[in-house]
Amino acid sequence: MSKLDSKIPEGSLEQKWSKYRSTVALVNPANKRSLEIIVVGSGLAGASAASSLAEMGYKVKVLCFQDSARRAHSIAAQGGINAAKNYQNDGDSTYRLFYDTIKGGDYRAREANVYRLAEVSANIIDQCVAQGVPLAREYGGMLSNRSFGGTQVQRTFYAAGQTGQQLLLGAYSALQRQVGLGNVQMLARHEMLEVVTIEGKARGIIARDLVTGKLERHFGHAVLLCTGGYGNVFFLSTNAMGSNVTAAWKAHKKGAFFGNPCYTQIHPTCIPVSGDHQSKLTLMSESLRNDGRIWVPKKKEDAEAIKAGKKKATDIAEEDRDYYLERRYPAFGNLVPRDVASRAAKERCDAGYGVNKTGEAVYLDFASNMKYKYGKQEAIKKGIANPTEKQLHELGKEVVKEKYGNLFDMYKQITGEDPYEVPMMIYPAVHYTMGGLWVDYNLMTTVPGLYALGEANFSDHGANRLGASALMQGLADGYFVIPYTIGAYLSKEISVKAIPTSHPAFEEAENNVKELINKFFAIKGTKSVDHFHKRLGKIMWDKCGMARNEAGLKQAISEIQQLQKDFWTDVRVPGSADEFNPELEKAARVADFLELGELMCLDALHRKESCGGHFREESQETEGEQQGEAKRDDANFMYVGAWEFKGQNSFELHKEELKYDVIKVSQRSYK
Amino acid sequence: MSGNMNLTLKVWRQKNAKATGKLETYKVADISPDMSFLEMFDVLNEQLITKGDEPIAFDHDCREGICGMCSMYINGRAHGPKSAITTCQLHMRSFKDGDTIVVEPWRAAAFPVIKDLTVDRSAFDRIISKGGFISVNTGNAQDANCLPIPKTDADASFEAAACIGCGACVATCKNSSAMLFVSAKISQLALLPQGQVERISRAKNMVAQMDDEGFGNCTNTGACEVECPKGISLENIARMNREFFVANIKE
Repeated sequence: MSKLDSKIPEGSLEQKWSKYRSTVALVNPANKRSLEIIVVGSGLAGASAASSLAEMGYKVKVLCFQDSARRAHSIAAQGGINAAKNYQNDGDSTYRLFYDTIKGGDYRAREANVYRLAEVSANIIDQCVAQGVPLAREYGGMLSNRSFGGTQVQRTFYAAGQTGQQLLLGAYSALQRQVGLGNVQMLARHEMLEVVTIEGKARGIIARDLVTGKLERHFGHAVLLCTGGYGNVFFLSTNAMGSNVTAAWKAHKKGAFFGNPCYTQIHPTCIPVSGDHQSKLTLMSESLRNDGRIWVPKKKEDAEAIKAGKKKATDIAEEDRDYYLERRYPAFGNLVPRDVASRAAKERCDAGYGVNKTGEAVYLDFASNMKYKYGKQEAIKKGIANPTEKQLHELGKEVVKEKYGNLFDMYKQITGEDPYEVPMMIYPAVHYTMGGLWVDYNLMTTVPGLYALGEANFSDHGANRLGASALMQGLADGYFVIPYTIGAYLSKEISVKAIPTSHPAFEEAENNVKELINKFFAIKGTKSVDHFHKRLGKIMWDKCGMARNEAGLKQAISEIQQLQKDFWTDVRVPGSADEFNPELEKAARVADFLELGELMCLDALHRKESCGGHFREESQETEGEQQGEAKRDDANFMYVGAWEFKGQNSFELHKEELKYDVIKVSQRSYK
Repeated sequence: MSGNMNLTLKVWRQKNAKATGKLETYKVADISPDMSFLEMFDVLNEQLITKGDEPIAFDHDCREGICGMCSMYINGRAHGPKSAITTCQLHMRSFKDGDTIVVEPWRAAAFPVIKDLTVDRSAFDRIISKGGFISVNTGNAQDANCLPIPKTDADASFEAAACIGCGACVATCKNSSAMLFVSAKISQLALLPQGQVERISRAKNMVAQMDDEGFGNCTNTGACEVECPKGISLENIARMNREFFVANIKE
């Protein structure tokens, strides 16, 4: 008997949310004023939830570790946000967005959650425009859309290559408005280090003021974790340096189950690693795959010559290039979903066809579209008969500049190479984590009163997220889901008076944090925190990255356990606890990543099938047209793997079966 | 892989807000031109930690030029010698082997130093909370396409909205003026139909808060525009002055 109750409402798929929303218990305005909510994290999910709840009348407190709510990593999202508006009259609908999301997630997400997400997607665009978010427009004044991977409609709204920034600033403005009105208390440069539970319910947190080092106790009738994903467990990822799992992990250790930790999204188009000094990886938006062709040399000797610096990309003749995505997936070509594109790049590089010094890079080449698509179009527009190759290049370059100028500049800044003249070099990198804290339909974790929103929860994306859906989910959870679903819990809490933080549970939680911090300083080891983080990252990337197998995962688990021991005996944390101390912050985060890494490998080991971002080498199609492609095992693995913490290095698996009442489950094919 | 640049760094060290700070000299060796400036700082900090010294505190997060957290004053320029980038986008190929590089925090009375190169920019948040928004509660919105907005207005609004709130404008201004930052937000909203209702109170309240925070006035030197990593235009300041002037007349 599973302990997991997803609390999905009765009724037909189309009516579940509208009926639930209209019948869920309410809290009257007078009672809202005495109910306190703590929101940890100020990204799209956190800022939108906090502002909406404060508008409704709740007393809200928001914490973020950055110096301002506006810095949260949602800000870095480039491409866009999906919404089933059907403004392009191209056949989009709530159902179609729902279907694409379930299929893109390789049939490992809940139907009811995803349908609700698709339903509220349209409201998000309305809300953001009303806030003054300057989304891209057509000359007629209407909103503009672009295409993204895994879909056949144009439903992605955007603001140049800075969609995340503009949406976050919209939510941040709404949040700051509530701060100004006194409805939200904003605590920037504060990090949550413990959840406080009383009689099994979440009743507050312990946080550290990062400037003074002081530990603080905060009471809340409910606690919302909007703390993002855990991609930094790999050390190198497209996440911000500070992105971490600490809040979610502390919650996990206090009883919140962790759902599908092994589902990691490796984004195919990132700038490759250039050396040991690298601190993070930079994404080149998925939208570039619309106009770029991905290739490696056909001949190994050419690849060798490029690696040795004896040949350049432009020296390789057209017939000696292997456009491997077009070759393997003629129907989708360069626009296959992220997981498929990433694995294909790895396959070529592992076979020895990689094109940079490290052998881990492929070309993303714009030359052909620049010349023969845009160049020719411009030549026709300008009435140039028989344009030369050079003319075509120059004409096309201007068009490409308008579409992707900021990305090309970013690339040049980082690599020192000009992508208008030579192909970009790209390689997959860790980008997003579909896994996260297990939540029910109300977004509540297995700890009553403790919620998880946005990337921090596991729901909605299954085993693989489609492009432009992260922003959608973060804002859906914050603006349009939690304001309703939190009533189901808080309506029963109206008689609970604010619990004084002198309560023994707060005392104990604070002492635990104190002890942990003292432990770091007591070690006085010889190696920096980064040293251990990099070692963890390498284990994770090599053995729990784009492809996984049983032997590798078992080895990874024992290596991580050893690394945990090394960390706790040899890490050096300089300075003291009662001051601004970034090394201490890092140490606390890496300590949690070291435990999470082990659980990820454990989850990956138990899931013997391949699905979405999780590719088990043992589970591939062995014959026919799909040979070498991922092989799902619906008979044995059509469930959410939710892990319960049972003490150090010990986790118990619970399963939430996934039922598909509306969608017919089938194999994803992009051939 | 390491490189071959050897550098001398003079870095501002200050224990906390109350302590007196000073420039300390450090040497770093084998720096690769492919490293970012902040990665070079990672190398230096690793060196300091291994030696048992305290690493240098500096703000940074996304390391791709969009969060606005990084904030170093390098060789007398906000975000270093190149234009239109943040500190995290600056790479070591912009320097030469043997260079001496001076690194200081943002300097402004309204941005007190927290530690070393880290400053407190919460004044910006307080200015936004006085009017840098449109008062629309969740659920109030009409269909997004009910409000057509000319592309040129939307594009101009977007250009102002591209501000990342890093504070380079304040750091580089001899008066420590925050007018480029404040005017970018006022412009973004003044250029859109949604922003009209609160136009007058917005200009007045945000400017009042800006003054309260201790930012200086604008004397049109234009340094802010030159150093802005996102190319926010001086025109915004002119627009803000107009908004403020009109707001006072209408009062």
